Amino acid sequence: MSSTTYNRALEILNDVCIGCSHCMKVCPTEALRVKGGKAKIHSDWCIDCGECYRICPNRAIRVMDDDFKQIFKYTKRVLLVPSVFFAQFDDSIPRDRIFEIIGELGFTDVCSVEQSVDTLLDEEREYVKNAEKPVISSFCPAVIRLIQVRFPSLVDRIMTLLPPLEITAQYYKKRHEVDGGNPDELGLFYLTPCIGKIAAVKSPVGGYTSPITGVINMDYFFNKVYLAYKQRIPITTKVRVSGEISSKGILYPTTGGESRHIEGRTLAIDGMANVTDFLEMLENEEIEGVDFLELRACDESCAGGILSHRNRFLTAETMRNYAAQVPDTHNLVQDYKKYTSAVIHMEQIEPRSMVKYDWDIEIALEKMEKARELKDLFPGIDCGACGAPSCEALAEDIAKGQGDITSCIFLRTIYEKRGELGIDEAVKIMEKIWGDSRFDKR
Amino acid sequence: MNLEFKVEGGDFTLAGNASSQIKKMLKQLNVDPRIVKRVVIALYEAEVNIVAHAYRGVIYAEIDPRGVRLKLEDEGPGIPDINQAMTPGFSTASAQVREMGFGAGMGLPNISENADEFKIESEVGKGTTLFINFKF
Repeated sequence: MSSTTYNRALEILNDVCIGCSHCMKVCPTEALRVKGGKAKIHSDWCIDCGECYRICPNRAIRVMDDDFKQIFKYTKRVLLVPSVFFAQFDDSIPRDRIFEIIGELGFTDVCSVEQSVDTLLDEEREYVKNAEKPVISSFCPAVIRLIQVRFPSLVDRIMTLLPPLEITAQYYKKRHEVDGGNPDELGLFYLTPCIGKIAAVKSPVGGYTSPITGVINMDYFFNKVYLAYKQRIPITTKVRVSGEISSKGILYPTTGGESRHIEGRTLAIDGMANVTDFLEMLENEEIEGVDFLELRACDESCAGGILSHRNRFLTAETMRNYAAQVPDTHNLVQDYKKYTSAVIHMEQIEPRSMVKYDWDIEIALEKMEKARELKDLFPGIDCGACGAPSCEALAEDIAKGQGDITSCIFLRTIYEKRGELGIDEAVKIMEKIWGDSRFDKR
Repeated sequence: MNLEFKVEGGDFTLAGNASSQIKKMLKQLNVDPRIVKRVVIALYEAEVNIVAHAYRGVIYAEIDPRGVRLKLEDEGPGIPDINQAMTPGFSTASAQVREMGFGAGMGLPNISENADEFKIESEVGKGTTLFINFKF
């Protein structure tokens, strides 16, 4: 892994990766290449959206979640459960049974992540009234990182309020302290449907330190819980459940679940490509008169989260059904106001520069000009056979000295036709990109 | 670096292509986001002006380590009274164009405000040329 001060949430398993290049094609920041038959991440460009993980057909990308066993280092082990988790199960599986199993698996306390949403929404409404428009929601960590890397001029539009997870975690920490608990005994664990949230907890933005102890992969944990349910494990322990949640809270992580509570002209946009297109327009100042933007990297927002195993539309449907059964407020709302209103704000988020060519503009211009000339030589079909996601990306790599013109299969064919390149050499070039054994007879 | 973009009158679908391309390059050159923003606002406005008012035009852009120089040359009706056109709120846009969200009449003053240097030349019946410069 390359050295960086920024914690990665993803890692490519070299022994599993077959260099199929699916990930390279879906990366929204073009941070992936194939070399020597393996995918390589350019970590400064990665925004932890997890699109590569989602598409990888070989499970060669590992999520840097925390080891489940570490929860036992703490006497009070709280699992912060997002509403998406309950929607991983069929409507027929009782929620109480899920709570019992979570307890049996080792947690002493369970609490709903979106418990803080009611309080947060009150703050959001006030915030939007006074801020420069449009305000961009701070909820989706992949969107925040996308803006930091690709749209640095828009960072000041990101709402400087913490997401529900952090507020709920702060509440539990405070409550534990107020109740006279030893801070060292408290382990706050977040069950995440999202890879971006792992990075967000480990390297938070906005001058903030998260009280969360560890992050549990929801896909992994779902399997553990579902297996226990299927095997009807006996329940021997008692778990404390803080299940207070309102319908607003349940629906907050679904598309429109945040924006519909904000006054004025609001838009809810989900899906990485849709969000990127919209941010381009916003950056060009082509959009006027919008007060609030709910931008989410995944289709169907968190219901389509990277670590959500169930079909996103069924998940969202279950969340709507769940919300229809509960009131639009809950008993802890006043308590949350009391304990968390002081910690709900964060500092301005800083841009994360993605140096494309060089810090020196003179050198950068030279390289950019070279890349433009090279691009014209390439066929423009973005086939990816060179190990780069597009002809443009290959041209940029070559201009930076990180690629070779003969990597292009079209140009190579021209050289071969002219008799300037032998077949052995051509095979060697392909092996350098796609791996040594790739072109042996099977 | 010298760039050239063709602009067709009446084609609002493609309006903004030149400003998007130039924006992308300036970002890749790590130009101060505040300057990029000014360039994009001015260029987009000027580009839409060609689409809305002229028959066709060409945008020439020159980027070097000191700044960006833009020249937008159009074949069109020209501007009879430049001073009037530079007045905020003045507009000759048709109702149809206004309905599309363009033609509020803030075009030229807005371009001038965002530019470091701004010059306009126009000949009625022939066309208009804008010179818009920015320093890094």
